[in-house]
This record gives sequence, structure tokens and C-alpha cells, in this order.
Amino acid sequence: MKILVCISKTPDTTAKIAFADNNTKFATDGVQWIINPYDEWYALVRAIELKEADASTAIHLVSVGGADCEPIIRKALALGGDEAIRVNTDNADSYFIATQIAAIAREGGYDLVLTGKETIDYNGSSIGGMVAEMLDMPYISHASKLDIAAGSAIAVREIEGGEETNQVQLPVVISCQKGMAEQRIPNMKGIMGARTKPLRVAEPVPAEILTSIVSYDLPPAKAGVKLVPADNPEELVRLLHEEAKVF
Amino acid sequence: MVLVFLDQADGHIKKSSFEAACYAAKVAEMTGTTAEGILLGTVSDDLASLGKYGIGKIHTVADAALNTLDAQLYTKVLAQVTEATGADVIICSHNTSGKAVAPRLSVRLKAGLVSGAAALPDLSNGFTVKKTVFSGKAFANIAITSAKKIIALNPNSFDISVTDATAEVVPFAATIDTGKISVTDTKRVTGEVSLSEAEIVVSGGRGLKGPENWSLVTDLAKLLGAATACSRPVADTDWRPHHEHVGQTGLAIAPNLYIAIGISGAIQHLAGVNRSKTIVVINKDPEAPFFKAADYGIVGDAFEVMPKIIDAVRKLKAQGN
Ligand SMILES: Cc1cc2nc3c(=O)[nH]c(=O)nc-3n(C[C@H](O)[C@H](O)[C@H](O)COP(=O)(O)OP(=O)(O)OC[C@H]3O[C@@H](n4cnc5c(N)ncnc54)[C@H](O)[C@@H]3O)c2cc1C
Ligand SMILES: Nc1ncnc2c1ncn2[C@@H]1O[C@H](COP(=O)(O)O)[C@@H](O)[C@H]1O
Repeated sequence: MKILVCISKTPDTTAKIAFADNNTKFATDGVQWIINPYDEWYALVRAIELKEADASTAIHLVSVGGADCEPIIRKALALGGDEAIRVNTDNADSYFIATQIAAIAREGGYDLVLTGKETIDYNGSSIGGMVAEMLDMPYISHASKLDIAAGSAIAVREIEGGEETNQVQLPVVISCQKGMAEQRIPNMKGIMGARTKPLRVAEPVPAEILTSIVSYDLPPAKAGVKLVPADNPEELVRLLHEEAKVF
Repeated sequence: MVLVFLDQADGHIKKSSFEAACYAAKVAEMTGTTAEGILLGTVSDDLASLGKYGIGKIHTVADAALNTLDAQLYTKVLAQVTEATGADVIICSHNTSGKAVAPRLSVRLKAGLVSGAAALPDLSNGFTVKKTVFSGKAFANIAITSAKKIIALNPNSFDISVTDATAEVVPFAATIDTGKISVTDTKRVTGEVSLSEAEIVVSGGRGLKGPENWSLVTDLAKLLGAATACSRPVADTDWRPHHEHVGQTGLAIAPNLYIAIGISGAIQHLAGVNRSKTIVVINKDPEAPFFKAADYGIVGDAFEVMPKIIDAVRKLKAQGN
């Protein structure tokens, strides 16, 4: 089985969110970059587990972005990817990124394309579905479990107020979330091995851009917390009922 | 024309679709056109009455093959409806169905997509839509430059308003492929309020010490008709089921009221709840970061404070409030 895992670079979950150039750019000063947690903890680790169960599995990684993506790609290789492709371009919109990933996926002929459920910076939840449509493949979004048996994927996906088990023949695109696997830490052997694993740089294919970011805003600051003394919790209930009118 | 995708489950249209319908009606008004709905699958709801949300016409493809979601199938049908009706703006909820379908439809129609929209579009200079980014810590204003446009609206971010209008219901003759995905099992958390759609959420953290103390959360939730949630370590240690975990790596929610008990308010937790309209924090540590994000709070021991709060709510409810 050939698996393609889509890896994106995002600011660390504790990064300070601020904007520069008249609120048109994310201020990257001092920001630590990580593999998007959904891509790493769930999509990639589940791919590695599938390979551990079936050694004939190949795990390829794709990341669309500049050379500054390479540290996170090397980390993904250290965790257990076999080889990686970086599509060398500044990220434009989701449609553009999906077009690049679809081109790589077409070329490689994968049985399984895994993405994270969303990037923690753009929060698009879009790339997986877009890639699936471009490849004319079925798509299971927000999956929390994934097994492969007899050429089919069996995945559990989130629905409002519950979950649903889907079965589909490969190939399929699946976006991954919590529940699918447990976070792993790369070991020394992995880190050493990653240095020599193939990392190919591909040039982007031409693609349209359908949306663009005009500017960013920060949410208005909260007025500040209204504290109620601990010996009079009934007052909190009164305020919520009469002032905030929330029940 | 503005077309809104009315999403259903178990024979009923989801609440988030009513919100999307009201949003669609408003976008139609702003752009000088009308709003219509599209419903896939069979439902038992009275469709004509959905006109009250501002949609004049509802197209239905009442085929049981569409009762469960296969994004590929849905997309092909939605594309046919879009073409036949000449819709140029398509609205859906950014819920589990919208997240599966909107990106595919975006590709099929070459329509720019803004997912996670937080407000009405700004038409003063092109077509710009505000969306949440950085897990609710900021907004981005996104210009859609394609002729067709798709907006997936964040649940609980637009007020539902109703009129006494009714909608005309018209069957749409669609070509439906055979789906590739089969749904082999569905589990719904029954008897509880769905976390992603709840108006009120009561949530507990490690400060509650163990699962045996969770009645402090569940009793209050029951009285308020609220859903229950928890922080990540609470789900990780199996004090509570995993689907209750909210935050950066769990569910992102935006209820009217979020009550956090014994939760420190780590940045990753806040990322999943910071879109809540009113936040109440009960924590014994005055330095807990959650207080900075809160509207109301009590610095105190949850084991002393919560029973009194539950009592006071019970009294309030007994008075018929
Ligand atoms: C990449 C990443 C992603 C993460 N994603 C998430 C996520 O999605 N969701 C999430 O929740 N966390 C997430 N975390 C973990 C997060 O950083 C925190 O560790 C976690 O939220 C803490 O949970 P807590 O507040 O329940 O526990 P603690 O931090 O242990 O806080 C317990 C709180 O209870 C208070 N307390 C103790 N006793 C009492 C009492 N008797 N009465 C009242 N208050 C009391 C304490 O003062 C303290 O503030 C993530 C972490 C990382 C690194
Ligand atoms: N630049 C990128 N390169 C490779 N994969 C990406 C990129 N951006 C997003 N993805 C993948 O698509 C998923 C969803 O991203 P998004 O639609 O932006 O929320 C991510 O979790 C990644 O798996």
C-alpha cells in the first residue's frame, strides 16, 4: 500500500498571535514552527502504525511551501515517513495548495491520502476535500479511527452528537483528528536516519487562486472578568440570569 | 441567487441550517437577489414552514440514497442544482457535513470558499468575508475573487430571526450516482445535548480531582439543559469520554454560555472555547489564566461553590424561570 501524508507547517500552539504590515501579515518574529498537530499526531502516526502492521507499506510525505518547511519535513521523516516531496512555492489559497497536492498524488498513484482535519493557523478544513474532488476519489472527513482490510478503509467519522462508521474501497482521501493515534516522539535512530531519506523538491504546477487574505483583525478585548465572592455563589446565578440573561 | 444547503440527520433538518438559511436570506437582500434552499434526502419536517427563515423556495431531492452523507455524491447533486438554478453564492453550515461537502463543491464549481465564516460579507470593495483563524484567536478578511462563491458559516455565529412567510417546495430531478461510501454503523450520544450545537456547556478540568466528582458538572448541566465538556487531560485519563474534549486538539465550540470548573485555561484549551459568548470560570487559583478570558468568575473551591450554585439554579428553575 502507498500512503501520501500531507504535512503543513504551523506556528506552535502557544505562539503569540499578532499582525504586522498594517494587519496584513502574521507577525512571525520569535514564532516556533511545528508540524500541524493533526498532520503529525494523527495522520502521520496512523500511517506509521499501518506500516508497522504491513511492512510493504510506503509512506510518502508532501508539503507545499518554501525551504523553511524543511525542518518540519525532516522531523516527519524522523518519525517514520519514507520519503518526502516539497512543492516549492509560497502558499497561496487552499485551492492552489490542493492543486499542488493533487498533482503529486496523481503522479504517485496512492491508495490512501491522509491530511489533518485542519491547519491550526488557517482553520480551513478544506484541503482534504478539495484534493479528493480533484482526484475524483471518495472523501471521509474528520475521521477518528482508521483501519484497512481487504482493500477497503473502515473509518469512524465525527457527526453532530455522535459518530458514524464508513466503509469504502481504496483509494480514498481521509482527514484525520483526535482518536486516530497517539502522539510519538522521534527517537535517535529515526533522527539520524531522516538525514539521508530522500527529500525531493518539485516545482509547482500552474493553478488558479480563488481567494486571498485582505487583512487580519484581533477580537475585541474582553471588558474584564466580573468576580463574585466565593461566599456568595448565589449572586453569580443572579447575574447570569438577570444581567447576562444566559438562562 | 443565493442557495443554502439545508443539512439533515435522522429525518430532521439541523438547527445550524436554520442559521445558515437566515444568513443566506440576509446575503440575498444585500446583493439584491433571493435566497432558495436545497435539501438532500428524506425528512419528516414541514418544509414549507422553513420559509420563515427567509428562503422563498426549497428544492428537494427526496431520495433515500442521500439520507447519509457521501461527500462525493452530495457534491455532484449540489453542482447540478447550482447549475440549474443559476445560483452564484452558496451557503452552508461549517458543521461536519459542510466541512465534507463545501471544499469538494468549491473545486467542482471553481468557486472560492471561505470556511468558518464569522460575519456577513462586506461588499464595499469586492466580496470579502470574515473568518476565524488561529483557532478563534483572530479573524482574517478573505476576498473571494471567483464568479461563484461558497461560504461555510460557523455554527452559533449568526442570529436566527423569523417571519411568518412560507416557502414553495419543488422537487428537483437530479441524476444520482451510486455512492462509494457505505455507512455501516451510527452511534449517537442519546439523552444528552449535542456538544457542538448546545447553547450552554458546563465543563470540568483536572481541578475536579476524579470522575467520582463529576456530578458537580452533570447536575448543573441537567438543570440548565446544557451539554457537558472537559479539558484534554480529563479525557486522556478516561475520567470522561473522548468526545467531550474541547480545545485546540478537541472540539471547537461556540455556545452562548460556557462554564469552566477547575480548568486552568491553557492557551490550547481556550482555542476551542474562546468563541463562546459568555464565559464563567470557577477556579481556586486567582492567577489561573482562564480568568483573563472570562466574563464572570468565582475564585474559590469548586467543591464548596458548586453545590451552592446548583442549589440556586434549582431554586430559580423551580420558580418557572
Ligand atoms: C499541542 C497541544 C495541544 C493541546 N490541546 C488541548 C486541548 O485541545 N484541550 C485542552 O483542554 N488542553 C489541551 N492541551 C493541554 C493544555 O496545555 C493543558 O495542559 C490542559 O488544558 C490542562 O487541563 P486542566 O485545566 O484540566 O488541568 P490543570 O492545568 O491541571 O488545571 C487544573 C485547574 O484546576 C484548579 N483547581 C484545582 N483544584 C480546584 C478546586 N478544588 N476548585 C476549583 N479549582 C481547582 C487549579 O487551580 C487549576 O487551574 C494541549 C497541549 C498541547 C501541548
Ligand atoms: N501547505 C500544505 N502542504 C501540505 N499539506 C497541507 C498544506 N496545507 C494544508 N495541508 C493539509 O491539509 C490539511 C487541512 O488544511 P486546511 O484546509 O488549511 O485546514 C492539513 O491538516 C494538512 O494535512
